[in-house]
Amino acid sequence: MSNIKDYLLHDFFVTGEPMIYMADVSIVLVTIAIVVVLTYFKKWKWLWKDWLTTVDHKKIGIMYILAALAMLFRGGIDALLMRVQLSAPNLHFLDAQHYNEIFTTHGTIMILFMAMPFLIGLINVAMPLQIGARDVAFPYLNAISFWLFFVGAMLFNLSFVIGGSPDAGWTSYTPLAEKSLDPGVGENYYLLGLQLAGIGTLASGVNFAVTIIKMRAPGMTLMRMPMFTWSTLITSIIIVFAFPVLTVALAMLTIDRVFGGHFFTATAGGEPMMWANLFWIWGHPEVYIVILPAFGIFSDIISTFSGKKLFGYNVMVYSMVAISVLSFLVWVHHFFTMGSGAAVNSVFGISTMAISIPTGVKIFNWLLTMYRSRIKFTVANLWSLAFIPNFVIGGITGVMLAVAAADYQYHNSYFLIAHFHNVLIAGTVFSCFAGLTYWWPKMFGHVLNERLGKWTFWIFVIGYNICFLPQYWLGFMGMTRRTYTYASGLGWMPLNVISTVGGFLMGIGFIIMVYNIYYSARYGERDTTGDPWDGRTLEWATTSPAAEYNFATVPEVEDIDAFYDMKKKNKVKEWLNKPIKDIHMPNNSGRPIIMAGFFFVAGFGLTFEWIWLAIAGLVGVFITMVLRSFEIDNGHHIHKEEVERTEREAGRIS
Amino acid sequence: MQTDHSTTSHGHEGFPWKHVIGFILSLILTVAALWIVVSLSLSVTLTITFILILAIFQVLVQLLFFMHITEHEGAYQIIAIFFGIFLAAVFVYGSIWIIY
Repeated sequence: MSNIKDYLLHDFFVTGEPMIYMADVSIVLVTIAIVVVLTYFKKWKWLWKDWLTTVDHKKIGIMYILAALAMLFRGGIDALLMRVQLSAPNLHFLDAQHYNEIFTTHGTIMILFMAMPFLIGLINVAMPLQIGARDVAFPYLNAISFWLFFVGAMLFNLSFVIGGSPDAGWTSYTPLAEKSLDPGVGENYYLLGLQLAGIGTLASGVNFAVTIIKMRAPGMTLMRMPMFTWSTLITSIIIVFAFPVLTVALAMLTIDRVFGGHFFTATAGGEPMMWANLFWIWGHPEVYIVILPAFGIFSDIISTFSGKKLFGYNVMVYSMVAISVLSFLVWVHHFFTMGSGAAVNSVFGISTMAISIPTGVKIFNWLLTMYRSRIKFTVANLWSLAFIPNFVIGGITGVMLAVAAADYQYHNSYFLIAHFHNVLIAGTVFSCFAGLTYWWPKMFGHVLNERLGKWTFWIFVIGYNICFLPQYWLGFMGMTRRTYTYASGLGWMPLNVISTVGGFLMGIGFIIMVYNIYYSARYGERDTTGDPWDGRTLEWATTSPAAEYNFATVPEVEDIDAFYDMKKKNKVKEWLNKPIKDIHMPNNSGRPIIMAGFFFVAGFGLTFEWIWLAIAGLVGVFITMVLRSFEIDNGHHIHKEEVERTEREAGRIS
Repeated sequence: MQTDHSTTSHGHEGFPWKHVIGFILSLILTVAALWIVVSLSLSVTLTITFILILAIFQVLVQLLFFMHITEHEGAYQIIAIFFGIFLAAVFVYGSIWIIY
């Protein structure tokens, strides 16, 4: 008995950190609060029937976005803790180990559990609507993707209260991440959490690509697709080719850590550098996976609020196709200093400079779209406009880093930290906020308050620049990344204090955004038209929020910016009054969430190296798959009368 | 372009022999690879040669039995396959060049 108690207190639960105890208490309280609220308002059945078992792409998208916002909060808290720790020399707010854990979880969560699901959520919400489809190609698989991401994220987040967090950086380089140098379960959490979420992402990639290739409305040729849909297609292709590399690398390191393999050990014939190599073969395309959808979002928003067709549509498409190929040819620039030799470094330095060309081309596309147009400064557009100069700073410092010889100076310094936050925040995060504001009415039927949105925008953007610009100088002054504290004589404190102030401003911006969500739900302007922005693409042709079946009749596309074209030719009424037929839709299923639950059990078992539990979980996964194979699921029809009633209530037909 | 959902739910005609045979073949090829590595003490070169040959057969089994490679539709499949081969070559030769 005392053995069990000893194990629980020393190995299983994380103990001895006041902040962790606070987290424990808040987790328990929030859980109790959720259970009480759901029971009190008798919402359990609603939760299960309408959300947890749904295969509707719009609802899955909303769940992705909610989870991503929660992860943004978690990753943001990590960031603020780091900024506090660095605000003065020789601080002991966090100790070295705790700091290691926090920068590891911050990076991993922000990339894989915040940026990716946020964008995949927006894709889920908007892309099928943009191409006039009723759902994605494989709705059931879409639900599995979401729940795999969700349990992967939960498994990863469990680490800080049970077992201990990973602490080898978000890149998890070997040999540091190997068992001999990093015992305990922390790195296992990283490997299994990413593995589960990665399988989900891979399935999403296949799903979106097939949806776009096979399910476009009649008349929508590839070159008439909205730019966000194009960016989704290119992103999906990159996912399909890049993610298997991550899956294999994670599996190999798992074999090393859990089963005593030697793929990446420094002894017994292993090759530690191969991990860095494989990680970045996936990792660099991953950068484009999180930036291309952002480009798509900005393109659609800038075109809408400039009231003009996107300038140089074809060039934009070709540049994205070029990026999809080039993104696989630059990975060594993440480890120039590994010492692969002058020839290797030169080739990859030049390919890196080459990829900045198609990216630079896009900047001119956006600028020239706005040229001589009447720009509307809505919140969604403000984020898009702020993106351009801020992203260019990140892009230019990126080209500086691409110079292999100079990289020996910048490598692992705060210059690098400032660079990638400059591209990832100004690119991905701004696009997420822009897309969230832009498509919010399509998801919930009301617009977000513009005044509060502008407060968020200005505080966040100013805070972001105050936070990251000083870090370029800190890098030049010699401050390296992942240092948990520094000596007082180095003169780093003033810039670090400025940077910390900026970090907290971003936090305030986030809080105002969350308040705005609450405020707008209660008092926000309702969107009765379905087209609050004078939109150009098909998602604005249906109601807000869109009905389960998306479109009562499938629209016909005659030009780029299909809905604008329809409005211009006065064809909207004619289209709405077309005869309505029965609509065939997929059935909901509770199996995806149950299957993901079994995956979670298997992942948790492997993390703790309890092989019996891992096998039990995998058997559960297998059984749910077999049950699916033998299921006859022909979906259901929404009857014509019901569709007509819904459309009439929305005032779309008389 | 727009596929009607009602046409996508047609069942398979008869027993899916193709899938069962493919499944058994892929199992055999996997177990054989494991057996060569674990039970036979061949030289490293021979071991790698044998499992590479088995891997090529595995790819063919996957493409023919599960991935409908023979059912042509547009240029998508061809482009995807060649892009995949190109990337695999880049990854393999690139890694060898970078590390060794």
